[in-house]
Amino acid sequence: MTTPLLHVEQLTMKFGGLTAVDAVSFTAERHDITAIIGPNGAGKTTLFNCLTGFYRPTSGALTLTHDLGEYLLERMEGHQIAHQARVARTFQNIRLFEGMTVLENLLVAQHHKLMRASSFLIGGIFKLPSYRHAEEEAVMLATKWLEEVGMADKADWLAGNLPYGDQRRLEIARAMCTDPRMLCLDEPAAGLNPRESAELNQLIKNIRDQHGCGVLLIEHDMSVVMNISDHVVVLDYGKKIAEGTADEVRNNPDVIRAYLGDDEEEEA
Amino acid sequence: MSWRLSHDGLREVLMVMMVAMLLLLPMVGLRTVDSSSGLGIDLHIAAVFWAVLLIGLGKKSLVAARENIPVIAYPAACVMLLSGFLAPLPTGFLEFFALAGGFICLTNAILMTLRGGRPISKNSFGEGMDVVATKIQAATPQVAWVMFAIVVALPFVFPDRYVLDVSILILTYIMLGWGLNIIVGLAGLLDLGYVAFYAVGAYSYALLAINFDLSFWVCLPLAGILAAFGGLLLGFPVLRLRGDYFAIVTLGFGEIIRVVLINWYQVTGGPDGINSVPRPSFFGLAEFTRRPSGDLPAFHEMFGLDYSSIHRIIFLYYLILVLALVVNFLSVRLRKMPIGRAWEAMREDEIACKSLGLNRTNLKLMAFMISATFGGFAGAFFATKQGFISPESFTFIESAIILAIVVLGGMGSQLGIVIATLLVIGLPEIFRDLELYRMLTFGIGMVLVMVWRPRGLLAVREPSIRLHGLHGKGAKS
Amino acid sequence: MEYFLQQLINGLSLGSIYGLIAIGYTMVYGIIGMINFAHGDIYMIGAFLAVIGFTAIGLVGGLWTPLAVALVLIIAMVFTAAYGWVVERFAYRPLRGSFRLAPLISAIGMSILLQNYVQLVQGARVKPISPVVQGGFELMERDDGFTVNLSYMQIIIIVLTLVLMIVFATLIARTALGRSQRACEQDKTMAALVGINVDRTISLTFVIGAALAAVAGVMVTMYYGVVDFYIGFLAGVKAFTAAVLGGIGSLPGAMIGGILIGLIEAFWAAYFSAEYKDVAAFSILVLALIFRPYGILGRPEVEKV
Repeated sequence: MTTPLLHVEQLTMKFGGLTAVDAVSFTAERHDITAIIGPNGAGKTTLFNCLTGFYRPTSGALTLTHDLGEYLLERMEGHQIAHQARVARTFQNIRLFEGMTVLENLLVAQHHKLMRASSFLIGGIFKLPSYRHAEEEAVMLATKWLEEVGMADKADWLAGNLPYGDQRRLEIARAMCTDPRMLCLDEPAAGLNPRESAELNQLIKNIRDQHGCGVLLIEHDMSVVMNISDHVVVLDYGKKIAEGTADEVRNNPDVIRAYLGDDEEEEA
Repeated sequence: MSWRLSHDGLREVLMVMMVAMLLLLPMVGLRTVDSSSGLGIDLHIAAVFWAVLLIGLGKKSLVAARENIPVIAYPAACVMLLSGFLAPLPTGFLEFFALAGGFICLTNAILMTLRGGRPISKNSFGEGMDVVATKIQAATPQVAWVMFAIVVALPFVFPDRYVLDVSILILTYIMLGWGLNIIVGLAGLLDLGYVAFYAVGAYSYALLAINFDLSFWVCLPLAGILAAFGGLLLGFPVLRLRGDYFAIVTLGFGEIIRVVLINWYQVTGGPDGINSVPRPSFFGLAEFTRRPSGDLPAFHEMFGLDYSSIHRIIFLYYLILVLALVVNFLSVRLRKMPIGRAWEAMREDEIACKSLGLNRTNLKLMAFMISATFGGFAGAFFATKQGFISPESFTFIESAIILAIVVLGGMGSQLGIVIATLLVIGLPEIFRDLELYRMLTFGIGMVLVMVWRPRGLLAVREPSIRLHGLHGKGAKS
Repeated sequence: MEYFLQQLINGLSLGSIYGLIAIGYTMVYGIIGMINFAHGDIYMIGAFLAVIGFTAIGLVGGLWTPLAVALVLIIAMVFTAAYGWVVERFAYRPLRGSFRLAPLISAIGMSILLQNYVQLVQGARVKPISPVVQGGFELMERDDGFTVNLSYMQIIIIVLTLVLMIVFATLIARTALGRSQRACEQDKTMAALVGINVDRTISLTFVIGAALAAVAGVMVTMYYGVVDFYIGFLAGVKAFTAAVLGGIGSLPGAMIGGILIGLIEAFWAAYFSAEYKDVAAFSILVLALIFRPYGILGRPEVEKV
């Protein structure tokens, strides 16, 4: 366990004249929850979009190392990052397949596995046993994750009809169904009430402890950050201004200055 | 209860009449006609007068219904309807308009009464339709078997050339609709050039059969493959494009194919098309002619029947039926397979798909190729059925008709497409007198369906898989 | 050289017409983010109104030519604008906020409706009119007798287009309507909150686009002398190509795109093959969309996450 799960080196992302992320470097460990915090506009979501292939970084290196191999994320297409490098993500404004059922959402996440089992088309068209078996397994995995997020009875609901909190958790379950090595959560606690937020903390911890999946987290809710993160990276104006454990970061003068006047600091 | 329209309502009626006047006065009132010295003009002021009056009546009835004033809504609708029979309307179209409009206004008024004076909003209409659609959708298996029994028995019950010709036409469009549905309904890509694949299939068959003397059964898969290849060629460059740009490019592709067909005289025969496209044989065993020219025996002799030209029609009928059913079978299966779910997911949210590792380009290409293959099959069938093809048959309007069938039926619904085809292709065949107004009503229909039921008549989606079964817990959706 | 010059003149006149139609596409796209599929047919309506207008004037004994042209232009613009208004009111407004392909499909329906309506009420035959403006300048003559002509009609087309462009650019830049339009382009909800009548602004956009298309229709009728109910389709696609090429949403872009398409078409027809000139236009559209979908004057769009 010498190489970290994720190694970000000198990542820079420019939009025209604006430098949204400026030479940021940090590492994230395999069994850690790494939180990225910072005031609005600090470049957190841009960093995420670079990691998950939605933007191509202007410069810098993103190296992901896990049991399946070593991946240079900055050179890969978005869908390859998800499929091969096994990076899964959720979105700040939830993006579910709203017209499809909860179960279907989770099966789409297992697309590649099922595609292979359907021998691309033939096996599925003729319902060969190998395909049927694979589909049953996929449904079982989906059911397992539905139980994990406490939605087992809602499998046949349309995703768009779920209450807000359920939608958040379904998005996480869907991401986990892709069998990721790193899960990137973009403000998962936004809009949740304190009880839901606490449940979410437990869920994220479970993902770290039981599924061997590193978690990268953007969060505004400091109670979430301080409670569950093992490692915190603070961004401000696109630059990394501090890094360390929650306690170290909390007492860092630069961080306090960046957040000055922000009430969330006291709540923690 | 009020006896008069509100001030706003009255103004609305007058406004509509004024706009109608503006629209119709020059275009309808002054009809340019050929005369000995260039163009002349026929005055049709009476037609404009009546049209504006009828439009005003209709609008009055609709507004009155909205404002819950039956004493105006009913008479206005009735007068409109009756004027279709009684008034000295100058053109057939106005009679048609009066009858159709009167009927719609009357229905609207009755619905208003039935609903206790609550006007029909788009939402309540949508909900009502959803209930009906859900019932029909739930009954799909039974409906499908009944339909299947009817279509299989049809040639024996009505061995009539006209009936069979119309049925073949309808089945061809159903097949095309099911084929296009994969692109439009499942993958959510608006393809305005589907007719291009149809044309590729038809010309592939005709050229292969004539130049290389290949039989229909060899050409059919080849036509499908060539059309799929066309789909691939088109697909690679355009699939990255956003929805509406994509639509325009596919439209352009359809037109390019047509322009090439018209101008590549040496190969395609240009605007004259290709004559004497070979007819299919009875699975390479027998010919459908009275005295076969080749080595094959005649069909009627083989089965000891008297010669009748209808044998071939019946054969063609079953041929297209089988082709359509194969397309249906494959579509239904594909929808429940990973690829089908991925298509639908892509229609819902492409960005989420990307985050789950789905390769959007590949998925779209697959949809395109499969859909194009089906279009190619239909094209080959069309060529062999007609025995003659020309670029005339592959205009944009064909693409629009097929698209309208998919959209009207309810995107993604197999049964919806059957119903829509019966409406779009079947109805005009029954009302042949209205042939002239067919495309006109067709255009109006497309607008109205989009406004009132944007997702189509049977727009209720059946999940591709259920954890708890059809009636299990949590089946609420 | 002389031949080239002649094609340049022809291309410019044709391009001006495409540019006028393209403005309609680009404005509507700018404000509601939708392709107005029926716009080509609006232009066709304008052309028919011109045929009707000129024929009617001819039948009542004729007028002084400039007056006749001005009269027909005004009539065509007013009545075509009514069609533009109706298209927006019936095929677009009820669908604002519906799923994204719905307005496009209803606009296709509207396009089919308009074509068949005109075919029904005016007949399917090609409508010829006698030339309204004849003559021109002979610019130069080659040794073999080939002359380069600049007809009065071409001058009218180019000058009128230029004038309209300037008027129009001023309108967008200086007036309250222009400001409302730009506000609606940015954010309709916010525009409504600050007191802009969004419905009216969008309606006016369609009306203005239709009036400009009517001008193009009148010009085409005078230039070619023939019109039929199907001309809207091809002209529409070409003008749309022009709008995309110039950068959709940008007014000068539409004009530049229109002139480019006109030139390409004229040169293609002159030097390669007249039969495939429509293929050239479509191919350019495909290439433009693939390699520079944001056009010459547009800006690339970032996929929003």
